[in-house]
Amino acid sequence: MDFNDTPEEAKFREEARAWLKDNVPKASELEGLGYIEQAKLWQKRKYDAGWACITWPKEYGGRGASAIEQVIWNQEEAKHDDLPGGVFSIGQGMAAPTLMTWADDDAKARYLPKLASGEEIWCQLFSEPAGGSDLAALRTRAVKDGDEWVINGQKIWTSGAHYSDYGILVVRTDPTVPKHKGLTYFYLDMKSPGIEIKPIKQISGDANFNEVYFTDVRIPDSQRLGEVGQGWQVSLTTLMNERASIGAGGVNVGFDSVFKLAQKVNIGDRPAIEDDSVRARLADWYCQEAGLRYTSYRTLSALSRGDIPGPENSIGKLVGAPKTQDMASFAIDLLEQSGAIWDEELSAEAGLFQGTYMSIPGLRIAGGTDEIMANIIAERVLGLPQEPRMDKGIPFNEVPTGGSKG
Amino acid sequence: MNFEFSEDQNMLRDQASRFLAENCPPATVRRVLESDDDYDAELWGKVVEMGWTAAVIPEELGGLGLSYLELCVIAEELGRACAPVPFSSSVYLATEALLMAGSQAQKETWLPRLAAGEVIGTFALAEGPGETTAKSLATKAAGGKLSGTKVPVPDAGIANLAVVVAAHDGGDGAALYLVDMAQDGVSVSPVPTFDPTRGHGRLVLDGAAAEPLGKPGEGWALAQKLLDRAAVLFAWEQVGGAQAALEQAREYALGRYAFGRPIASYQAIKHKLATMYVKNTLARSNCYFGAWALNTNAAELPVAAATARVSATQAYYFASKENIQTHGGMGYTWEFDCQFFYRRAKLLSVAIGSERQWQNKLITAVEHSNAA
Ligand SMILES: Cc1cc2nc3c(=O)[nH]c(=O)nc-3n(C[C@H](O)[C@H](O)[C@H](O)COP(=O)(O)OP(=O)(O)OC[C@H]3O[C@@H](n4cnc5c(N)ncnc54)[C@H](O)[C@@H]3O)c2cc1C
Repeated sequence: MDFNDTPEEAKFREEARAWLKDNVPKASELEGLGYIEQAKLWQKRKYDAGWACITWPKEYGGRGASAIEQVIWNQEEAKHDDLPGGVFSIGQGMAAPTLMTWADDDAKARYLPKLASGEEIWCQLFSEPAGGSDLAALRTRAVKDGDEWVINGQKIWTSGAHYSDYGILVVRTDPTVPKHKGLTYFYLDMKSPGIEIKPIKQISGDANFNEVYFTDVRIPDSQRLGEVGQGWQVSLTTLMNERASIGAGGVNVGFDSVFKLAQKVNIGDRPAIEDDSVRARLADWYCQEAGLRYTSYRTLSALSRGDIPGPENSIGKLVGAPKTQDMASFAIDLLEQSGAIWDEELSAEAGLFQGTYMSIPGLRIAGGTDEIMANIIAERVLGLPQEPRMDKGIPFNEVPTGGSKG
Repeated sequence: MNFEFSEDQNMLRDQASRFLAENCPPATVRRVLESDDDYDAELWGKVVEMGWTAAVIPEELGGLGLSYLELCVIAEELGRACAPVPFSSSVYLATEALLMAGSQAQKETWLPRLAAGEVIGTFALAEGPGETTAKSLATKAAGGKLSGTKVPVPDAGIANLAVVVAAHDGGDGAALYLVDMAQDGVSVSPVPTFDPTRGHGRLVLDGAAAEPLGKPGEGWALAQKLLDRAAVLFAWEQVGGAQAALEQAREYALGRYAFGRPIASYQAIKHKLATMYVKNTLARSNCYFGAWALNTNAAELPVAAATARVSATQAYYFASKENIQTHGGMGYTWEFDCQFFYRRAKLLSVAIGSERQWQNKLITAVEHSNAA
């Protein structure tokens, strides 16, 4: 056990640090660009220099780097604040590993390098009004017509559908067999005729996710991943990687920001940081953050042996999202009444705490809710039995549903 | 970077686990629980034979010269077995204090005998209810003699050597003193605790001969450093116990039926066990970092130790109480073993400072490392 860099790792870190120092985009370069163009600019620059998706094989635009090197890169990149990104996480973190596992070589060569370079953005068309936690209850239909499939139905909560070039899609190809057996997995061009995208406004006021309607949308059979009826299995590859990548973090309230705030604001007539109750809660969050960090380091060894992320990874999201929510709430309390103000100029930290408070409920739901994560740990890590289910072994079209789903 | 124990260390873990399964089954813990004994002398003898008391002592002083990573592995297994032995007192505290601060002569006098199990050591800090601080110390040295009362002191009834924290002889601050327990100025009486599997006593010093350990006046800082180092080892014991409690709960939940199905299929139980798993996993990962910091004496040790300690204390408490809950009425019976973990979890949580103290130390350590 050694948490220090080996000489090779130190050399890699030095290289990464030096490259970042010279190449991180300056504010002047980003000025006037929309968020997506900013993200694309930075991604392309990394790609051209071999610093994008560094654990991917070189032939697909990566660097063939180890998982440990990925951690080192992430640590160094994170030292630079406010780098644009995020829009690629579904494509690079979920679609790409699914393509690597299930697509043929031609498809990999066609799509992976453009995922790495940020030239093409992907979205995930899984959830439906009738299939969220119970994803396999989805109803969007695909019917074979010659060499093509014809899709009809509706997806919902599709993050980034409005700016995506491609999507990964799970649909029902056979409603007469039990639900997990009748699914098939495809990828498709988001500009295909028959797709209609309608934004959904979130409680944070933004509209990052969408309803996506399919009316006679045609997908060539060559864009199928896995066999017909094997869609559930292919989806699991995506979902396992989703949990791993969502757990990885984002720009949210963390220990450092609340710790610094507690040094600045008062409780009574002394700095909040001197208050024992504040210290106790900060200590607990520190322990959770450190615990998640070192857990992910431990998981790395497994990943670097080529394993797909296991159900153990559910822990990152299950701990991280509620922790972030509680910390944002606590920070607002520390600010007392002025904590209610949410404004880039008037709020402490440009509204970081309020913004996180309003967006974090989504993270406890997206990519599998807290409750589903706990089920996964209970069933797949601890081996506890599933609860009895009303839909087991029954053909999908005979499964009871909620009234609204008629 | 490498976040794994080595193959040899994993072999040691298997060996330790087999040894304890054979020599420290629940019946051994129960025997001590139900007797007036402070420990299981036979088990202790075998632990010494295994060389565990000698693990980190250098070879020239009769030890095995192993690293602290090996000691962490042993600590976890002892914690898992709720072993009724004075290992933490003698090894994590007394031996460690000598290794850190002993003069050559002190090391030569005591370490070979601690390694060989001829001497059991302990550490005496507490002086009754509430936190004992450098200012509150009522035990004082005068003219090389110690007087005062330390209570409770783990393993006081069986220890031959005590490292005592006391007000410094003729100066400000505290000092550590080595006290040979076999002398007239020392008397010990047993103190009952809620975990009788680990003996505790009242140590009354009345002009006891004592030798300073380390620089007098710097004793408090030394004690804090000692506690940081010990905290990592205690945390590994706690993580071992928490894991065993989770396993016990899991096994029972799978076998117990209610309303026609295993209670392990009810979500309230599943999520309870999932929470145990999460807390245990985070604590264990923090213990990895603690183990590394301890082994390399890294600058991060104060943060790493407090992080491991706080999360392990919380994980063990949670697992031990919810293990009883998962067992229903059975869990509350004397006959069942759930009580072992529940007793030990709380005993360990106050053994070297409460959760609150360590939360506070953690933030202090973060403040220092940010300032540096
Ligand atoms: C911000 C955001 C972004 C998203 N982005 C995408 C995306 O890009 N692509 C995509 O496909 N989907 C996306 N989703 C959808 C997300 O995956 C679903 O919302 C999620 O899986 C929950 O499904 P649901 O909303 O239908 O809630 P439901 O499944 O109806 O759940 C409602 C409540 O019931 C609980 N529940 C359900 N089943 C169980 C059970 N077995 N045991 C215990 N409790 C249970 C849930 O935990 C929850 O509390 C996104 C969601 C959010 C919030």
